[in-house]
Amino acid sequence: MTAINEWIDGQVKANDVVLFMKGTPAFPQCGFSGQVVQILDYLGVTYSGVNVLESDDLRQGVKDFSNWPTIPQLYVKGEFVGGADIIREMFQAGELQTHMAEKGVAKATA
Amino acid sequence: MPMNASAIEKLIKDALPDASVTIRDLAGDGDHYAAEVVSESFRGKSRVEQHQMVYEALKGNMGGALHALALQTNAPD
Repeated sequence: MTAINEWIDGQVKANDVVLFMKGTPAFPQCGFSGQVVQILDYLGVTYSGVNVLESDDLRQGVKDFSNWPTIPQLYVKGEFVGGADIIREMFQAGELQTHMAEKGVAKATA
Repeated sequence: MPMNASAIEKLIKDALPDASVTIRDLAGDGDHYAAEVVSESFRGKSRVEQHQMVYEALKGNMGGALHALALQTNAPD
């Protein structure tokens, strides 16, 4: 396992919900990343946003890690759930909420 | 370089011959597409697996030549 792989693996195991995205939750720099941020904020779950634009190694590394060619990528409890299309589809069908609840993801205490 | 819709459709059908593929050019710029792919080979697979099959068919163009392809995949009803 390469260093970047180990780092990504550590992130998705240390945090219940991790969003690899372009930009940050406060300032998304891509519409698709922004959509997923809005969904997660709406659901009110605590998540860690990782900005892949900070490092080319990370940007490529996360694509290799998940065998998924695009950003954003959402991980819940160490498991890849999907990119923007899948997250939106699951959210609209109410499945994302169920998935989070089944995995025991904590709501943010704002 | 952007890809045209028929090139995208051909790559998907080469890999999934039974697939019904509907492609819309979202922005009219040849760079932002939405594709609906229906194939028997998706049955019993998770959404992630279904999309990975389509990405595999696109042979590395996704995220490269193809900037944006909104995907919806289903097995036939």
